[in-house]
Amino acid sequence: MGWYILKRLLQAIPLLLGIITVTFFIVRLAPGDPMDIYLEEDRGQIDPQAIELLRQKYGLDQPIHIQYVKWVANVARGDLGESFRYRRPVSQLLAEAIPYTLQLTILAVVLDALIGITLGIISAVKQYSVLDKIVTLGSLVIYAIPGFWLALMLVLVFSVNLGWFPTSQTRSMDYGFLSFSGKVLDRLWHLVLPVFVLGVASAASTARYMRNRLLEVLNEEYVLSARARGFRERVVILNHALRNALIPIITIYGMKLPFLLGGAAIIESIFAWPGMGRLAVEAVSGRDYPLLMATITMGAVMTVFGNLLADLTYVWVDPRVSYEGKKQR
Amino acid sequence: MLLNVQDLASYFFLDEGELKAVDGVSFHVDVKETVALVGESGCGKTIVALSLINLIPPPGRVVRGRILFDGRDLLRMESDELRQVRGGGIGMIFQEPGAALNPIYTIGDQITGVLRLHRSLGKHQAQKAAIELLGETGIPEPEKRMNAYPFELSGGMQQRVLIAIAISGRPKLLIADEPTTALDVTVQADILDLLAYLQEQYGMAILLISHDIGVVADVAERIMVMYPGKIVEIADTEDLFRDPRHPYTKALLSSVPRLGVGHNEPLKGIPGAVPDFLDLPSGCTFHPRCTIGDSSCTSEFPPLVDIGYRRKCACYKAETG
Repeated sequence: MGWYILKRLLQAIPLLLGIITVTFFIVRLAPGDPMDIYLEEDRGQIDPQAIELLRQKYGLDQPIHIQYVKWVANVARGDLGESFRYRRPVSQLLAEAIPYTLQLTILAVVLDALIGITLGIISAVKQYSVLDKIVTLGSLVIYAIPGFWLALMLVLVFSVNLGWFPTSQTRSMDYGFLSFSGKVLDRLWHLVLPVFVLGVASAASTARYMRNRLLEVLNEEYVLSARARGFRERVVILNHALRNALIPIITIYGMKLPFLLGGAAIIESIFAWPGMGRLAVEAVSGRDYPLLMATITMGAVMTVFGNLLADLTYVWVDPRVSYEGKKQR
Repeated sequence: MLLNVQDLASYFFLDEGELKAVDGVSFHVDVKETVALVGESGCGKTIVALSLINLIPPPGRVVRGRILFDGRDLLRMESDELRQVRGGGIGMIFQEPGAALNPIYTIGDQITGVLRLHRSLGKHQAQKAAIELLGETGIPEPEKRMNAYPFELSGGMQQRVLIAIAISGRPKLLIADEPTTALDVTVQADILDLLAYLQEQYGMAILLISHDIGVVADVAERIMVMYPGKIVEIADTEDLFRDPRHPYTKALLSSVPRLGVGHNEPLKGIPGAVPDFLDLPSGCTFHPRCTIGDSSCTSEFPPLVDIGYRRKCACYKAETG
């Protein structure tokens, strides 16, 4: 098993290198110049020579392939560079953003799994019932609604009109004066809407997928034989069918790993949530190359890692799947 | 009489119409008896088997009849009582052993599950009983096999495991639906021998379902011949082979290769094809393929009546006596 993991990790290196190389050049080939920011801010007042100095400082005056080699060499040493816009080390910015993103994404994934898997099971077990039809229709509608629109509508209804939840931010103005439990509640209160938007949107597809998988498994002959052996319907579904149906769901959650750390760009921007997603959006609009490349690289690493994790979990839960090199008994 | 089935009918309610997979079937199985139900593939044999434990998958269901098992009607039982019968009173073996075992549980888990359910054994006792049962069904090194997953066993071994599971509830009736069809010819005989041995050992009755009348000839005491949805002839095995009365049975027997008998003649097939369930011929559904039938056969399906000692036939033209 150790060898298998090592082999997969080694295989990931050229893959990641390929991804970051392609993105590096795409980002650089895109129109716009990071120095535009200074020009826009102080039009005509800034000394062109100062800008030239900045270019030199960030190495932007050098040929692009030299910049590329330098950047890769720095990343390999763990140095992600300095953000043009914030003028602070990128690693520091990431370290600040990640906890905020994790709060949001972990809760969203938990909500997604709770709602999605539960509704999927109910829908499959009570196929063609009224409840099944409601779940099916509801998940299709939610799946079709763009997340940003849903977020804006929820803000409009629950924040602006009803005033139940805050419109944005991670905490209230008076946060500093609250007791400990008050602080926790205040944080949670701010999490409700963004978590709901993210969680419910992905629960819609989870429910659809879970329903179809469980229906497939319920038609298997081993489920019929379990019934023929006199097991209770609850046992048949939960022990004999559900475990089989859940196996492919693992892949889905493996693929959600990049989302966990990468955050949700649009939703974080709408709710002014200082996480990775918003950082990435800002990096794009400001042509903040070091920050942008860092967020993309992290996304790539998490995608590769998520796939590996899903594969390993597969081996663990499904006896029929074995990693290479392991002899079948 | 262990099992007494009266006028059993199971229909499937499809968009295209009612599919009468089993339509008015009556038979019985005595204690410790081996009875075979034979017929071409798709004639409703498996639906008979599933009806007996009231497990027809939707959109199908049992629509009428009585299934008296040990004197109690299975179709009118409370679900708790019915679950006792499933796996407890009636054990079942399926056609595809690979598909009937849960792929992600070990053999041991699957067999002890049933032992604990029906014999209320503790964990340790169930473990011991499972190893014993696996040994008895002819699985080498049963202790080792307990930890094996179904995919690690051959088809023949999987079928032995299924048999072990089916008898672990000490059933009085074992329904074996095409138990050898998916297996190699060499393994087929072993499995049939095993069934005969277990029947002796545990005093079970066996309802053996097969499309191959040749396979059941050696093990069954009585044979019931099925033609789409109906039983057309019931007789002791010997009588049936020596003197088949229903034209379908006759045709079926002449299509089976037999050693030493008429080996110069080509095998005879049955002209025509099994009729479509949704478009059955009127009257006796066999009449379009029948050689002795006439216009009197087209109005009503002939009832299954006594035509001699321990034998019944559903044909207006069958000789009696």
